Amino acid sequence: MNTEPKPIYGDGNPETHPLTWRLSKQANVRNADDYEALEGYAGFKKAIAMKPAEVLDVVKAATVKGRGGAGFPAGIKWSLMAPNDGGPRYLICNADEMEPGTFKDRLLMEDLPHQLIEGMLIAAYTLEATQGYIFIRGEYIEAAKYLNEALEQVRAKGYLGDNILGTGWNFDLHVHTGAGRYICGEETALINSLEGRRANPRTKPPFPQVAGAWGRPTIVNNVETFNNLPAIILRGPEWYVNLSAGKSKDPGTKIYGASGKVKFPGLWELPFGTTAREVIEDHAGGMRDGLKLKAWLPGGASTDFLAAEHIDLPMDAESIMKAGSRLGTCLLMVVDETQCMVSATRNLEEFFARESCGFCTPCRDGLPWAVKALKALENGEGKQEDIDHLQELTRKLWIGKTFCAHAPGAMEPLMGALKHFRSEFEAKVTNRPAAQASNAEQV
Amino acid sequence: MMILTDKKPRVNIEGILTSEEIHDIEHHIEHYPYPRAACLDALKCVQRRNGWVDDAQMNAIAQMLSMSVADLEGVATFYNRIYRQPVGRHVILLCDSIACFLMGAETLAEAFQRELGIQFGQTTADGRFTLLPICCLGNCDKGPTLMIDEDTHGLVEVTSVKQLLEKYL
Repeated sequence: MNTEPKPIYGDGNPETHPLTWRLSKQANVRNADDYEALEGYAGFKKAIAMKPAEVLDVVKAATVKGRGGAGFPAGIKWSLMAPNDGGPRYLICNADEMEPGTFKDRLLMEDLPHQLIEGMLIAAYTLEATQGYIFIRGEYIEAAKYLNEALEQVRAKGYLGDNILGTGWNFDLHVHTGAGRYICGEETALINSLEGRRANPRTKPPFPQVAGAWGRPTIVNNVETFNNLPAIILRGPEWYVNLSAGKSKDPGTKIYGASGKVKFPGLWELPFGTTAREVIEDHAGGMRDGLKLKAWLPGGASTDFLAAEHIDLPMDAESIMKAGSRLGTCLLMVVDETQCMVSATRNLEEFFARESCGFCTPCRDGLPWAVKALKALENGEGKQEDIDHLQELTRKLWIGKTFCAHAPGAMEPLMGALKHFRSEFEAKVTNRPAAQASNAEQV
Repeated sequence: MMILTDKKPRVNIEGILTSEEIHDIEHHIEHYPYPRAACLDALKCVQRRNGWVDDAQMNAIAQMLSMSVADLEGVATFYNRIYRQPVGRHVILLCDSIACFLMGAETLAEAFQRELGIQFGQTTADGRFTLLPICCLGNCDKGPTLMIDEDTHGLVEVTSVKQLLEKYL
């Protein structure tokens, strides 16, 4: 257990901490000249000396996975983009970070805005994009301000605009700020929101790569995904894959994080395959106030609860999936032994019910039923049927039954809670006076 | 009765929006291939004046963006940061998502409700504060977290609620 907080950048070595090493030199790198003095825009300059197809090959060879939560390989996503017909092609950064428990993109944008811009420039050059948008949530006021300042600086350097660095390629970037709603993080809902519509998800196919923003070919990637690109181009795909060699099949480093009642909540750049125990005990300092770990969410509200016995699992897609959950954003939330799991699950389902876009019936009407059953149990008014009903909802709101992944995401923590902590739900039914008393005590 | 759709009532934009607002909205439109993409920017821009967007302003914005008012209303009411009814001088957005919940956000919410004498969704009688819940503010290492207007406050304790509110007159 570490007895003091650990920095995000580890030993500050660019070879092992490509995303955050610059923060070991300066508390933040918001100035373009400072960033360039620290290898900044070197990856971009290397990329534009190559052909776009060659850059795509490098990204594919690095097998970099999307960092927004779904983990889809970026190179494959890119290669599905419709061929250039001379019309507009859009590149969008999903900076609508609203997955509960996730605070990595905020740090990357506030402290390293140029790294995101460099990553987007590399992607835009590769994809022959004509216009880029950074879709940032409205609440990230400082991040939007620093990004806008950084864009002005690079525009002055000629990295944005017409005929960028004499290549004949034209591209510009605009920061678009949102006005709330979790669903905007779903990529087709995000596109609708960018277009000035209600953020209802769209049917797929057509995929955004073919018909996205304004019906044109569009690629949407997460902030952290773009942040990975400069070092991949600069140091090569083999170096990138080796970052997590022997630990995981997922290549590269990841911003891991911990929140909840740990001693030092925070963020750390670590290779994929780092175990949850290493994150919680060696970086977050273990549980605070002598509390014991009861459960944890591996990467956001839309991942299944895991129990304390799973703490030695490597935090990568395959291991977490085998345990019956999902890696998500890799920022784990710890639940201590004093926390009632029924209440925690009720809080999660209230969130999902409120944030449903309301477009499809199972999600709009099903999620409030889950909240109702959970509230009844929590208040000591629940019956066995309520638990059965919740179990039934995990099937009826599952993938294929709803229009997008929102409701299935909502069912994940519920399934995890029913699987590992069913006895707590049942105790609320069998011991109703105690449940009522404990609820009254909390109020 | 026949409805003549080509004779829409026109509103006098200049009489409703300030010249700065009109200029800002025109500037926002330039960033997108179609004007309606600037509608959230336009709504937020106009909202800055009174804290919310009234019906006349909706009509003017819709006309500037070549949208129907009903269409714009659909957008305005979808997003939780656009207000279509009056709010207080300061809007408190209290994170109620799981990371803050685990750090005691519900107890903190009760403290705010007690101190202000209002529930979520209400405005104090003196028009000073509106209290609203908000989904995860991405400040989870400093939970419980909240925003007042454009300021983010982390590690907020029940005992510091009164002091925090005093900064916002």
